[in-house]
Amino acid sequence: MPSLPDMTTPDVMALARDAAASQPHDPHLQDVDLKPAFFDWLCRMGDNTAILGHRISEWCGHGPVLEEDIALANTALDLIGHTQMWLGLAAEVEDAGRTADDLAFLRDAMKYRNVQLVELPNRDMAHTLMREFLFDAWHVEMLTALLQSGSPRVAEIAAKALKEVGYHVERSSDLVVRLGDGTDESHARMQDALDRLWPYAGELFLGDGVDAAVAKAGIAPAPGDLRAAWERTVDAVLDEATLRKPEGRFDVHRGGKQGRHTEHLGFILAEMQFLQRAYPGASW
Amino acid sequence: MYAQMVKSEGMKTLDEMSPEERAFQERIDRGEKIEPKEWMPDGYRKTLVRQIGQHAHSEIVGQLPEGNWITRAPTLERKAILLAKVQDEAGHGLYLYSAAETLGVSRDELTGKLLSGKMKYSSIFNYPTLTWADMGAVGWLVDGAAIMNQVPLQRTSYGPYSRAMIRICKEESFHQRQGYAIMMKMARGTPEQKEMAQDALNRFWYPALMMFGPSDKDSVHSAQSMAWKIKMNTNDELRQKFVDETVPQAEYLGLTVPDETLRWNDARGHYDFAQPDWDEFFEVLKGNGPCNRERLEARREAWERGAWFRDGLNAYADKAAARRASASIAAE
Amino acid sequence: MSSKEWPLWEIFIRGQHGLNHRHVGSLHAPDAEMAIRHARDVYTRRKEGVSIWAVRSADIVASSPSDKGPLFDPAESKVYRHPTFFDIPDEVGHM
Repeated sequence: MPSLPDMTTPDVMALARDAAASQPHDPHLQDVDLKPAFFDWLCRMGDNTAILGHRISEWCGHGPVLEEDIALANTALDLIGHTQMWLGLAAEVEDAGRTADDLAFLRDAMKYRNVQLVELPNRDMAHTLMREFLFDAWHVEMLTALLQSGSPRVAEIAAKALKEVGYHVERSSDLVVRLGDGTDESHARMQDALDRLWPYAGELFLGDGVDAAVAKAGIAPAPGDLRAAWERTVDAVLDEATLRKPEGRFDVHRGGKQGRHTEHLGFILAEMQFLQRAYPGASW
Repeated sequence: MYAQMVKSEGMKTLDEMSPEERAFQERIDRGEKIEPKEWMPDGYRKTLVRQIGQHAHSEIVGQLPEGNWITRAPTLERKAILLAKVQDEAGHGLYLYSAAETLGVSRDELTGKLLSGKMKYSSIFNYPTLTWADMGAVGWLVDGAAIMNQVPLQRTSYGPYSRAMIRICKEESFHQRQGYAIMMKMARGTPEQKEMAQDALNRFWYPALMMFGPSDKDSVHSAQSMAWKIKMNTNDELRQKFVDETVPQAEYLGLTVPDETLRWNDARGHYDFAQPDWDEFFEVLKGNGPCNRERLEARREAWERGAWFRDGLNAYADKAAARRASASIAAE
Repeated sequence: MSSKEWPLWEIFIRGQHGLNHRHVGSLHAPDAEMAIRHARDVYTRRKEGVSIWAVRSADIVASSPSDKGPLFDPAESKVYRHPTFFDIPDEVGHM
């Protein structure tokens, strides 16, 4: 049963609203000084999952084998669900009458806050899985840290997402190992993907004023704090996969978190936002 | 249907049958299920492989026209629903291939026949999806037509096929509804949305009617398949049932079925309606539909580009098994 | 075309309610660990608290159809095993 439970327990937005109504008071939502940074930070979380979910969903119907096609769609569905929660909270914090959909479908690339890693093209399964692994290994550490967030609303979303992301990282690291240590061709493709993606991974650990503000408010860890645990995971998996960790810097390409993206994001948004842009105000 | 124009083998009277064949037919007549390793006439096996295989291929190729719109879905919720639905189709293909595999044919073998054009899939998936309203029309009309056929097939005589259909029907219940929900939004939306909805109905109505296949009331193949209970109704019966159920749904939406001859026939208790253009149908089956080439190309490309992935995982599994074996020898 | 097809596995699942593992279907996977993972993705949608068994289809030993008489006939005399054996008065309601 690939996805039926998702449809019978589906309305993530409604669940989030109900949960919000029953939530204890979260003072961070009314903190006027914190608002711009908190909003930006929530958009970073939601935009990462939105864009990665979008990329992974491109595989639907084109996967290398049926079981993998289904598994990729599950991952994409999880990430879209996380997007609804993060951007839903972002819209609430902003308090300007926008919804999660407005944020996803009506912001241009400059206003998108995802790291560049997630917007790069899928290319092949090697790039897709290596990218997912590098992201998942960060994602699981981030969400685990957020369980302790001073914001109950953030902690609640993290707890829901973590259940799924724990499985994501298990799956992607296992596939990295298997394909790294598979045939000569699969090894070469995985190494090539790693070499190409490596300079984008470091952006996940670069902090700026936004990060400092939410860290100071006790909402989220400073990005750099997650690096050691991420490196342990990555080193262990790459080692088992017989892959060589690239020697160059891993934080060459940066700026996505501040709205400076690769050429690819514009094309993603052109596709993703087409209907909302072409028929403004229509209800779907 | 998802299995159109499936030829079945031979048709004998009880007298012409061998004792084994007669016992087999009597079991089916009593409503017993036939299970994988039991004796069955060769024709029964061959017809089932064709039919289940064609049905499985239709699910897999059927991912493509809707998959087209996953990255363009207009809201996060619509995107999730559409993705879940297209993912279900992959799952349904998987269940059906598994059912076919119990008959001694492998999934890769069936895939090879799809990609080489030796086996067919439903004609409907060779039509393009041009606007978001098509996501509504496909769910409402295409899944609606498929359900007409799949519900009775839950009672088919071949056990694994019947069990696959039961699981599929359970999961499909939301597909048609989500399609109709999109149509309702569109039909009651802006003038442009309504125009898209009407246009989608105009384009999908006749291809949906073709899904049931040409009239087969006099067909020997159909008679044999019905005797074997691997086909439960004639094509015309199902088409009529589909029209009878769908016309009021279109009226509720305020949309017009593109058939000037369509009217309720009090005497028959059914709608009279125009037949689709069967020449077009046969052209599409021959490979000359609007999207035949794109659809097969997409499947071929997915399969070929996935070869290294499948092989890589095989190689790792072999290595890991060898490592375990040598570790257990060392431990002894 | 890929050189070698992933083997076929039969998947058995025990749900949260502690009933016996039940056959839910088949799938392809290169080895047992991946068969379990595929089963989570295909057949359970990764629900918590379920137990999955994966058995290579080739390793399943089935009673052959010709055994059907001796193996299954005795049970048919024990009609009390079938719920419809017992007449329940209508007033009792559904049981």
